[in-house]
Amino acid sequence: MATIMTVDDTATMRQMVSFTLHSVGHEVLQASDGKEGLALAKSKKFDLVIADVNMPNMDGITLVRSLRALPEYKFIPILLLTTESQDSKRQEGKDAGATGWIVKPFNPEQLINVVRKVLG
Amino acid sequence: MAIDIRQFHQTFFDESHEGLVSMESALLQIEQGLSTALPNQATTSDPEVLNTIFRVVHSIKGGAGTFGFGWVTDFSHLLETLLDDVRAGHRQVDRPIAGLLLRAVDCLQILLASARSGSSVDPAVIEEVTAELEALHLTPVPAMGIDLAATGAVAGKAGTWRIRFIPKANLFFSGNDPLRVLRELSTLGKLHVETDMGRLPPWAELDPEICYLGWTLELSGNVTRDAITEVFSWIADDCELEIQSIQDQSVAPKAASATAGDSDADQAKARGTSIRVSTHKMDTLVDIVGELVITQTILNQTVAQFGPDSGQRLNAGLAQLERNLRQLQENVMRIRMLPIGFVFNRLPRLVRDISQQLGKQVELKISGEGTELDKTVIERISDPLLHMVRNSLDHGIETPQERRAAGKPEIACIRIDASQRGGHVIVEIEDDGRGLDQDKILKRAVERGLVAANTKLSAEQIAELVFLPGFTTADSVSDLSGRGVGLDVVRNNIYSLGGNIDVRTQAGHGTHFTIRLPLTLAILDGLGVQVGSQTYILPLTSITESMALAPEQIRRLPGGEEIFQFRQEYAPLIRLRRVFGGTPGADDINTGIVVVVEANGRRAGLLVDDLLGQQQIVIKSLESHYRRVDGISAATILGDGTVALILDVGGLVGAVSAPLLNLNSTQSAAVNRPASQSSSPVRALH
Repeated sequence: MATIMTVDDTATMRQMVSFTLHSVGHEVLQASDGKEGLALAKSKKFDLVIADVNMPNMDGITLVRSLRALPEYKFIPILLLTTESQDSKRQEGKDAGATGWIVKPFNPEQLINVVRKVLG
Repeated sequence: MAIDIRQFHQTFFDESHEGLVSMESALLQIEQGLSTALPNQATTSDPEVLNTIFRVVHSIKGGAGTFGFGWVTDFSHLLETLLDDVRAGHRQVDRPIAGLLLRAVDCLQILLASARSGSSVDPAVIEEVTAELEALHLTPVPAMGIDLAATGAVAGKAGTWRIRFIPKANLFFSGNDPLRVLRELSTLGKLHVETDMGRLPPWAELDPEICYLGWTLELSGNVTRDAITEVFSWIADDCELEIQSIQDQSVAPKAASATAGDSDADQAKARGTSIRVSTHKMDTLVDIVGELVITQTILNQTVAQFGPDSGQRLNAGLAQLERNLRQLQENVMRIRMLPIGFVFNRLPRLVRDISQQLGKQVELKISGEGTELDKTVIERISDPLLHMVRNSLDHGIETPQERRAAGKPEIACIRIDASQRGGHVIVEIEDDGRGLDQDKILKRAVERGLVAANTKLSAEQIAELVFLPGFTTADSVSDLSGRGVGLDVVRNNIYSLGGNIDVRTQAGHGTHFTIRLPLTLAILDGLGVQVGSQTYILPLTSITESMALAPEQIRRLPGGEEIFQFRQEYAPLIRLRRVFGGTPGADDINTGIVVVVEANGRRAGLLVDDLLGQQQIVIKSLESHYRRVDGISAATILGDGTVALILDVGGLVGAVSAPLLNLNSTQSAAVNRPASQSSSPVRALH
């Protein structure tokens, strides 16, 4: 189905996203921070990027901005993982060009639903 | 489709633990910075250090929330709030806060351990820290106030809606798509769509990246306003949106949308830079590689018996196979290797807590933490290492007053270093404390009957005494050390790993322990020896040298034991054939070879028929395949497919000889004595 990149500095979250989306047939590649994610995005075309906000080396907001600057990622959906209390981050993310957000904590079913909504 | 999220628990616990370890060291780093700064000087902590701490807590909170570990979520939320204040510059990390944060780390460890194993938690400990954390905020923020299952849930009135939806021109640039919204709405109920093309420019002026269209929609069914708002939530700021109720409708049940998808339990492929591998899987791989090594040896032997011409090509291929195998082996072994930092990073906290408790000032210098060791070795060296550092703090390091009086800097230094040398890793633990008190050690050893009253020992030999069972110089049993677990246990642990430990000390200047550990426990460099029809393997590290002896060089003691002189000492002779059975008589000292081995500080000569050469062998447990046999540590499979037993040199030598130390204590007398008379070593040997 689709090729999806999950960018998160916690392996737990990467594994969960990866396993969940893999189980419904998507190919999922992982990156552990924004810098790695950006490099990976340049080496391969993804249909969807799901990124955490808080990460070392390059945070999620900067990643969104950097990805949007690439012609191939101009219109690709990019979702940010935010917590309930991060309203300001959500706005920052939108301003940077994020498509939307997923509120943490979420369960696998919620994730699948959001991804289906985005990918159609 | 049901995904059992419990499968991610292990990763979460492992990761949280690692996170807390790095958080702890970051906090210690901050505390260190505080102690060097002037008391009333505000210290500006490195923002990256604070960010690291924050991320750890944030991740734990997120994971705990996902998995429903409520207590962990609440506690880490409280902690996160404090850290947020600090990060925003509203609060400084001073000594009390650093101390509180360290205790909070302990609390999280306890709570996570409890979530992991279901063990009970003493609530008092957690509540105390919780109260202190709460006291820092005037109004504690409730953790995770919103139940996520309720997000986008049914609220408000159901009915038919008219929706005017006019996206802004730049909608596409955020990766959004109005079609996605329409599709989503159509899943909520019956959707009637009218497209407004009024803004569409002439074809020539059309920019395909701009959104010109707008829609008027009619949605009927059991739909609430909130459900509709939810659909537009991502683009609420990127469009003009009007949602009007047309008429109320009665609530009709709506079928839950079924989620298709195969629940194939395929493990998601981890493609990141690191991977967490279960030890069991690794062990299997190591086993397989072991088998491959054996197969290769078998092939080698087959070729050796071929004709000279046919063998050449096979040989080339085999050389290749050998190279590949070696690479494979090295790489697979490497997966089991962990940096020794896993153990070292527990030390700063230990040193901080104990030195505070004892009123001592200690600087801990750690180097070589990237040195890698087999996971099993790491696990089993951890406690001995902590114990030795504790020992050093308790016994070795003086109080600041004592140090000043002795003309030493008040801040003592403990240096820990690890480095790889050949197939071994050397771990050094050095302090600049008072050193071992030789007179006290000797006195205590005599009191305990460990050495004879008038024995004369060299400084090294006295230092060795601290490794004897039941030895302690502590005047009183303290909370920290001297509780019966002594250096003998430390040494036994190290021996059981195939390593050894040495101590050097200088009164008034400090003590220096050197631990030598094997890189791995799965592969061994061994020497094959022939005893009768059997082949035995001697670990290469235990061999001192091999020699031929004449019968007259062997002396028989009244008990029947045989000894021989080796480098100014006497060592017992062990005739392996007699130990393991087999036809006696053939073990002729004239034709046999004596291999001098050393283990646990004791030496002995092993009489064997022949030396078969050195080889790398894969260790197979004898206990798991057969049962424990005295004098044998494990087994291996040789090139011809036969089983060879690996000798337990420590056990063999221990069974016949006393420690070298006692032997040495009488050595001057024994060596000078005429060869025929040898009664004094008897005492020494037993």
